Amino acid sequence: MLQLHDLYVSHPASTGSHAWALAALNLSICAGEQIALIGPSGAGKTTLLHTLACAYRPAQGTYTLFAQQPWSLAQGARHALRRRLFLAPQTPPLPPRQRVVTAVLAGRLPGWSLWRALRNLIKPLEPVAAFDALARFHLQDKLYARVDRLSGGERQRCGLARLLLSDASLLLVDEPLSALDPTLAIQTLQSLQQEARQRNASLICSLHQVELARTHFKRIIGLRDGQIVFDTTQVTDDMIAALYRNAQSDLADQESETSELSPVINDPRCF
Amino acid sequence: MRRPEIKQGHLLAPMNPTHDPAWRGRLTVCVLLLIMLWPILLATEFQPWLLLDAQSLQATGHFLAGFFPPAHGTEFLLIVLEASWQTIAMATAGLTLAFIAAVPMTLIVNEHLSISRIGTGRMSLPATLLRQSVRWLLVLLRSVPELVWALLFVRIVGLGPTAGVLAIALTYCGMLGKVYAEILEASDAHTTDILLQNGSSRLTAFFYGALPSAAAELMSYTIYRWECAIRGSVVMGFVGAGGLGQRMDESMKMLSGAEVSTMLMVFVILVAAADAVSKLFRKSLE
Repeated sequence: MLQLHDLYVSHPASTGSHAWALAALNLSICAGEQIALIGPSGAGKTTLLHTLACAYRPAQGTYTLFAQQPWSLAQGARHALRRRLFLAPQTPPLPPRQRVVTAVLAGRLPGWSLWRALRNLIKPLEPVAAFDALARFHLQDKLYARVDRLSGGERQRCGLARLLLSDASLLLVDEPLSALDPTLAIQTLQSLQQEARQRNASLICSLHQVELARTHFKRIIGLRDGQIVFDTTQVTDDMIAALYRNAQSDLADQESETSELSPVINDPRCF
Repeated sequence: MRRPEIKQGHLLAPMNPTHDPAWRGRLTVCVLLLIMLWPILLATEFQPWLLLDAQSLQATGHFLAGFFPPAHGTEFLLIVLEASWQTIAMATAGLTLAFIAAVPMTLIVNEHLSISRIGTGRMSLPATLLRQSVRWLLVLLRSVPELVWALLFVRIVGLGPTAGVLAIALTYCGMLGKVYAEILEASDAHTTDILLQNGSSRLTAFFYGALPSAAAELMSYTIYRWECAIRGSVVMGFVGAGGLGQRMDESMKMLSGAEVSTMLMVFVILVAAADAVSKLFRKSLE
């Protein structure tokens, strides 16, 4: 369904410098596959998800999505392609004064005409669908609450309920569990995976909880310093340890450029 | 190799904590501003002591003494009421026209709603040109003061409120368009960005992302502009665009302080009312 071939991406904010956010990426993902994306902070997980969502233009290499190359298409055709994917960012994109029902139904917007979108602002068109989506994340009683009355975890799940209302066949979810307690995290992940399975959509989910990734996902991609360290269905403890080894002290090394001064931290990441 | 050298240099010249590196710059700017003030005062013929010489004091005293008691004859109050109504109508009609024209221009100018920007960080050339030309149109509209527009329209459509309405519509369209675009661009782009990245159209992204974030500020600025339009329409009355301004001009020319003071009180009430309306709307959006 999507292929990356020898892909290089520089972060849009740092144009000109040749520090790649992602380098020499080769990746192929089939329809219906569910993949966890893990790696230390700053590894490029978010950049990869944004690149897959056609939100960053690769500097080199080819990206093929739904058998088309989005960046050689005309702008209109590329934007039409974006309707078939859904990107859920780490911080849920919800305006504070909006009501939950409106924020969730915004998942339907790509398929709606302007007229329908405006009518939905006056009176929600599909409140039952929004209610059902929220119920999957145990949030149904907040249907008519305002977004700024929600807690951080509730907002995160509200953003995911929006995903359920889109009809996308590529779901890109950036750290959906970062504000949730362990029990809720497992339930939320299961709801996401169940939804992806039902509509035979590909799900790519970046995670910091390595144990959750290992128990719930067959295929795991390890990303570090903008490169794929492993892409496998059989992850070993050694691979995980290598992925996260000295990730913090490496960063410190780059900043001070003197390896003797910075203490070597064997960072015990929570996995 | 470069870093250790910098560190050594840093060690050789120990830091003096009482020496503020920004101090000299601040002092220079202050002194320069004071020096620049002098020619400005000369150019504006700033001579406040003229206000205090005997002749001026007498003239002011006479005029101000007339302020009390304010004119309150029924006939006069009815005239003032009608003129106030005309002023409010002129301001409201002008601002409504300005709003209708400003909204599409704001949507064009707003860079957050650009789809060609996604992924590249740059807008396509035609989009940039269109945005720039609308920006220039807005500058042109608001660079001509409403009083000048009013003088022009009084020639074209004759004496009366129509000239004032058209003048307010043109100038305020430029102001509203510019400030709306700035408010929208200063608000958080994240919500709009994600909607666009997931394939929404520009307008739906605007209504579901940008508008709910910025609605209260847009509302309060619009009402403030309505207040300005009321004041503006009074000024334009002096050049024959009708309303309270024209009445005031007549009373001033007749040196009738009592009538002027009544009308000034009406101004205060109008501005206070605009303030209250603004507060009410903002509260309902909270």
